[in-house]
Amino acid sequence: MLTRPDKSRRAWLYWAAALGLLVFVGGCAENYPQTTLLPRSDFTRLADGVFRSTVLWATIVFVLVEGALLFAIFRFRAKPGDPEPKQTHGNTTLEVVWTIIPAIILAFIAVPTVQTIFKTSLPAENPEVTVEVIGHQWWWEFRYPDLGVVTANEMHVPVGKMVGLRMWSADVIHSFWFPQMAAKRDIFPIFPNTKYKKINPLWFTADTTGNFSGQCAELCGIQHGRMMLRVIVQTQEEFDAWVESQRQGSPLINAGALPPAVDSVRKADPVMQAGQAAFLAGGCISCHAMAGTPLAGALALRGPNLSHFGSRTTLGAGMLENTPTNLAAWLRDPQGVKKGSHMILPRPLTETEITTLVAYLRANQ
Amino acid sequence: MATSVLEREAPAVHHAHPKTGLWSWITTVDHKRIGILYGATAFIFFLMGGIEALIMRAQLMGPNGTLVDPDTFNALFTMHGTTMIFLGVMPLSAMFFNYFIPLQIGARDVVFPRLNAFSYWVFLLGGLFINFSFIVGAPPDGGWFGYANLTSNRVMSATAAAPSPGMNIDFWVIGLQILGIASIAAALNFFVTIVNLRAPGMKMLRMPMFTWMSFIVQVLLLLAFPVITVALVFLMMDRNFGTSFFLPDGGGDPILWQHLFWIFGHPEVYILILPAFGIASEILPVFSRKPLFGYTAMVFSGAFIAFVGFGVWSHHMFATGMGPWADTFFSLATMVIAIPTGVKIFNWIGTIWGGSIRLTSAMLFALGMVGLFIIGGLSGVMHSSPPADLQQTDTYFIVAHFHYVLFGGSIFGLTAGAYYWWPKMFGRMLDEKLGKAHFWLMFIGMNLTFFPMHFLGLNGMPRRVYTYPEGLGFELWNMVETAGAFILAFSFLIFIINILKTWRGKADAPADPWHGATLEWSIPSPPQEFNFPTLPQVGSSVPQWDAWRAAGGKLPEPARINGDHIHMPNPSYWPLMAAIGVFLTLGSLMFVRELPGKWFYITIASALWLFFSVYKWAFEPPH
Repeated sequence: MLTRPDKSRRAWLYWAAALGLLVFVGGCAENYPQTTLLPRSDFTRLADGVFRSTVLWATIVFVLVEGALLFAIFRFRAKPGDPEPKQTHGNTTLEVVWTIIPAIILAFIAVPTVQTIFKTSLPAENPEVTVEVIGHQWWWEFRYPDLGVVTANEMHVPVGKMVGLRMWSADVIHSFWFPQMAAKRDIFPIFPNTKYKKINPLWFTADTTGNFSGQCAELCGIQHGRMMLRVIVQTQEEFDAWVESQRQGSPLINAGALPPAVDSVRKADPVMQAGQAAFLAGGCISCHAMAGTPLAGALALRGPNLSHFGSRTTLGAGMLENTPTNLAAWLRDPQGVKKGSHMILPRPLTETEITTLVAYLRANQ
Repeated sequence: MATSVLEREAPAVHHAHPKTGLWSWITTVDHKRIGILYGATAFIFFLMGGIEALIMRAQLMGPNGTLVDPDTFNALFTMHGTTMIFLGVMPLSAMFFNYFIPLQIGARDVVFPRLNAFSYWVFLLGGLFINFSFIVGAPPDGGWFGYANLTSNRVMSATAAAPSPGMNIDFWVIGLQILGIASIAAALNFFVTIVNLRAPGMKMLRMPMFTWMSFIVQVLLLLAFPVITVALVFLMMDRNFGTSFFLPDGGGDPILWQHLFWIFGHPEVYILILPAFGIASEILPVFSRKPLFGYTAMVFSGAFIAFVGFGVWSHHMFATGMGPWADTFFSLATMVIAIPTGVKIFNWIGTIWGGSIRLTSAMLFALGMVGLFIIGGLSGVMHSSPPADLQQTDTYFIVAHFHYVLFGGSIFGLTAGAYYWWPKMFGRMLDEKLGKAHFWLMFIGMNLTFFPMHFLGLNGMPRRVYTYPEGLGFELWNMVETAGAFILAFSFLIFIINILKTWRGKADAPADPWHGATLEWSIPSPPQEFNFPTLPQVGSSVPQWDAWRAAGGKLPEPARINGDHIHMPNPSYWPLMAAIGVFLTLGSLMFVRELPGKWFYITIASALWLFFSVYKWAFEPPH
């Protein structure tokens, strides 16, 4: 028999360290902007409550069972000259007991689980804000049907108000995941002639204002990894102001027609005029709705509505900060920045066009 | 032929079968040689799957990784999953089924030796077929679960927005169909073998636990694979023939794919783990010198897991929005599975409790399997709860979970089996020092790689992302995981060194180096072609221990005999020919879109070859 350093003691230390790490990481969750461990809404607190009870039970079982295993390994190591151990074949009482105890523990998990299922899997009854979430390869569209807003990749919601989401996809299956407030639900394609339209719900009431992040959680093609979203939780006043500005030129209001006053200001603005010309000449219009252009009212185009692009903080679905340099790089070579993206330029843009478009897009607040 | 192995007293017909050389391996119908072929092939595929994982870990080592392109990354995780499941763990289990089921039940071969060879060749060709996709630059990239409508080539037929589809997914669809044929053929063979060829006295409830778990796996295979076959046919039809099974704009439904896939996919999980359970249940008693605790409970808990395993598939789909009642049903059914699984773990602890434990390499891996599987089982209970799963699904938490059950469970179990049975298979002992180094490195590497994935998943890292940005806090643990992955890889290097080093030594392993309990230890190592000179009589589930006791504690080394009088099945190359027919017939479907109007000439020619081979096989002269 080989003599070795005490295996079980080393293993104990190892597991103790692992458990310590778990506690440490749980306590440090604020360093993780997408963490599920710091719920910030009613909905995610429900999910978190169930999760924490499973962690508690799992930890107890883990310590007891791994402890028994390690104890047995340590205690019953063979020594030279050991007689043959007692040949036990089983113990009915014991076996019945260790069948029943797990069943009881599972009941403690099952009851709150089922109670919570009936809350989390149903749509919100009376949402104060309804947002339609539409997944696209590889960006998010957010529509506010009651407020007349259409935007992309950044969802604004008011704090403390019940937000009801109605979600589907424009191409393949995606999964909307907003860990801190809404958890996750898959979204399924609906096309004009789809028979069984599956619109999945989620709902949440945000606890606090701030910028939060999430991303697509279901493999949806080459750029699945770069399909991020931001949720900007604002006070009601900030939210109302945002809605007011976003309504201008929205496809949901007057088919995108701008109010005459706004329109005449734009027509007098050289940045807007040059930009719009470049927008049409460069072919952007074939995929993007844009206020002031002939397709301002289009809703089913391939790319995001750009009418208020200048007010967004990121581009490329959260891939880059929305800065003039990044935007110019994106317009110069979208395939180089985000391989496989559906942003395919009909022809390369000239540097002059890029400069003009950057100014134009950023001016569209 | 097949019946000859059933006969107790075979006629003294002697035919010189080739014993060495390439041709002897190509034409072999010996279950032991086929087992070795399965093992060697699967180990190479397993290493390929490991290399795919290492490339992924290198890409994810830091934020905004650029080592591989996003499409390459998608191909890597698709092929890693597909390879490890269908070309790694399943055929490694098949190696043990092949080699040890007949030995453990006291048989001379399987019931259908040529069908057995056919299964292997189909598996080999299917594995090569899927991997051939790398050579033509079109590796599958839709995930091992291949969700429609991403894998349907017409995402939107109305707009025709999808570019002309590549062959990537076709390789996956057709490759899995080929592999499915191998699995079903093998499963039928082992099922019939276990039912019919047990030695006299070996009642069902005296079978060794590995054979029992294998038996259950064959049932799972027979019931689960037809479902994936049908689903793949649907997907193939959608891709090539304009149907709309999974296409929402044609009246189909992509969720149908998910249901079909997981009705197969969840039993598949038990197909992967139950052989490892069986192996642990062989090893723990032998190295504790105590019989398995609660034998009957072990049998029925395994059967119960398998049965309920067919009723839990939708727990992979809690995020699809099935509604509260379906969520409730599948959640509770999933939780129920924890009970028989717990019974198994408690019985393993009961087995070693009060024993006299020898910590050999095989025993360390078996104990490691039990200890690591507990972690995977507990995280499994965590996401059996749909509200919690709404956060966990499709994150690294799930990746952590299933690597604890599949790497910590299956791979540790299979490695335990390799150390345990190596002397029997090759007549050589593996080096125990290297074996223990292998275990500790693998144990540490495994935990470093997969435990931090729990943290990453809960802290917001989704699966299947080719990179992650800075600022989400994912950097540290990804770095640790990558380091762990390379430690894991290094541990397998030690295993390979162990094999190469001991291969040069003499093949002088005793028949029973471990004081084993089951019949395979009663015959020389490696066994002779006919396994048992006379069929053994079995009086309990530990026949070899009975023999020890009857002999007063010491058994003589069994002698090698001249077995020329024992009639064994003839070698045959028709199984390989038929396998090539299967391969070509299904492979021809790759050309449906490439050679419109002409592809079916290839199909017809290949199918004729297949029928011809089967005909020749069927009417092959028996002597």
